[in-house]
Amino acid sequence: MTVKHKASLTGVMRSQSVSWKEKWRIIKAKLARFLFGFNDRKGFLLKVVIYTLLLCIGFVYLYPMLYMFITSMMPLSDLLDSAVRWIPSNLYTENYQQAFSVMNIRNSLFGSVVIAFVPTLFQVVVASLVGYGFARFDFPLKRLLFGLMLFSFIIPPQILMMPTYRLFSELGLTGSLNAFWIPAALGQGINSTIFILIFYQFFKQTPKSLYEAAEVDGAGPFISFFRIAIPMAVPAFLVSFLFSFVWYWNETYLTTLYLTSQSTDITTILLQLQQFEQNYETLYPAAENNASRINEGIKMAGTVISVLPLLIIYFFLQKHFVESVDRTGITGE
Amino acid sequence: MKIKRHTIYGYLFILPWLIGFLLLVMWPMAQSFYYSLNSMRITPVGLQFRYVGLNNYLDVWLKDMFFLQELLGFALNTLLRVPVIVVFALIIAVLLNQQIKFKGTFRTIFFLPVIVASGPVINQLIDQGATSIPLVNQDIIIGLLAQIFPLFIASVVADLFSQIIVILWYSGVQILIFLAVLQKIDPSLYEAAKIDGGSSWECFWKITLPTIKPIVLINMVYTLVSLANSGQNPIIELIYANMFDATRGYGFASAMAWMYAIIIGIMLIIMALAFRERKTKRAF
Repeated sequence: MTVKHKASLTGVMRSQSVSWKEKWRIIKAKLARFLFGFNDRKGFLLKVVIYTLLLCIGFVYLYPMLYMFITSMMPLSDLLDSAVRWIPSNLYTENYQQAFSVMNIRNSLFGSVVIAFVPTLFQVVVASLVGYGFARFDFPLKRLLFGLMLFSFIIPPQILMMPTYRLFSELGLTGSLNAFWIPAALGQGINSTIFILIFYQFFKQTPKSLYEAAEVDGAGPFISFFRIAIPMAVPAFLVSFLFSFVWYWNETYLTTLYLTSQSTDITTILLQLQQFEQNYETLYPAAENNASRINEGIKMAGTVISVLPLLIIYFFLQKHFVESVDRTGITGE
Repeated sequence: MKIKRHTIYGYLFILPWLIGFLLLVMWPMAQSFYYSLNSMRITPVGLQFRYVGLNNYLDVWLKDMFFLQELLGFALNTLLRVPVIVVFALIIAVLLNQQIKFKGTFRTIFFLPVIVASGPVINQLIDQGATSIPLVNQDIIIGLLAQIFPLFIASVVADLFSQIIVILWYSGVQILIFLAVLQKIDPSLYEAAKIDGGSSWECFWKITLPTIKPIVLINMVYTLVSLANSGQNPIIELIYANMFDATRGYGFASAMAWMYAIIIGIMLIIMALAFRERKTKRAF
């Protein structure tokens, strides 16, 4: 081989001293490296596959959202016109105005925010306490209690639903916020087990020597919880807060049970979305020659409204969220 | 002395949960079991109980024509969906764990369903047909499958295709869990394998998969539980409907809920047995 240091491919190709056969061999090797990669470098083919897959799946995820947004912007004429598929003919916001009034937006938005926020606060605080208790201290029956906690996640809520409902209505808790924050404060909110596990996992990972050092300096367990554990667990708090808020916001099973069968003013956006069609009929009675029948555009506008607050929160928090998922390791191993 | 202090503080920290567990899990569980053994009537005076033994349980199987049918449908559906969701979540997590450009953007998109997916929203989207990919023609798929399998299997599989987006949307949390554990795998393991000439493909099967095997089980359990407890599940609607049914009432609904719980429990046990560590067999 005459060209020991291949300065560049073109240089090799130009040089007369290399035979055609040799050149062909070099080209093949280069091409193979480019396509299939070597050592840690990924080949071009693999990259193409990865990006194609990611883009396709990403599209599958985004498709319903796109469809929802676009349909909600379409007036009736566009919905009927089969030529209009993706781009509405003009900016049309009438759907949103109707959906706002159908969903009784001021009331339901307030209700949703309160019902999502207050129990979340209790849930996260209590989950961090319990997680800390399980992670830091050794006490008799710990394993049994931990097992029971996991078990309480697995048992179907239907078994507990009826007696709990009776208990709550005897105590007069139904039809108000009490039915939501009290279970959360007792560590039995929506998916509380998962949050306790997140904190458990997190506090397990913080080095023991930190606590020992604090203990030597005379800090009790509560002081070291507030001064050491909490500041270190910020990512865990963030993840838990976001998840808990989202789950409470999206909850319809409990809200239906505790809020609709009782006479109360509290309502949530998701409940309104559930009854969207009935509410629409009562608000805009269908007349014979009236064009204001319910259509997909209005329904989708309602859906967008119920999702939008979460999306806004998500886009503000997503950077921290994605990072803290990396750092918390929210696995309940 | 020291041990005793630990005990006190430990119980102090978990006290809220302990009270909640006794009050809102144990007590209702016992009550609901008691209900299921009784025939309950709501009268103006209050609730009236009449002990009927295991009759409610027999009635669930013998007199309710929907329960068995829905149960079979549910079992078949879960059998298909759990592996699909878990495998899919694993693939996405592995893809997102690669060194790729726009990593943040992709992650933002893939975590979106965790945020958005909820009962009414998904119902609305299903109503509008936004959840099936328009390019996939279902009739052809059903036709093809019906030639190979009996019809009830074929229709379930076709159903899987038509709801692919919804199924994928349920995998948000699982992706998160996989991703978190993938990032914890020691990179030196891969380096060692690379030096010995292992390809990425081999690394995946020989290093990644065995390491995350317990997490696969956790994800399967999570998927099964969330599918079983979701409001979209017809059995749950059935229990709910029976609860307020004049002729059946709480007792019957409780018995049904217990039967359902036992069946889910059996499914979980089967899953755990299939994934249990075989300690005797260590090849290397």
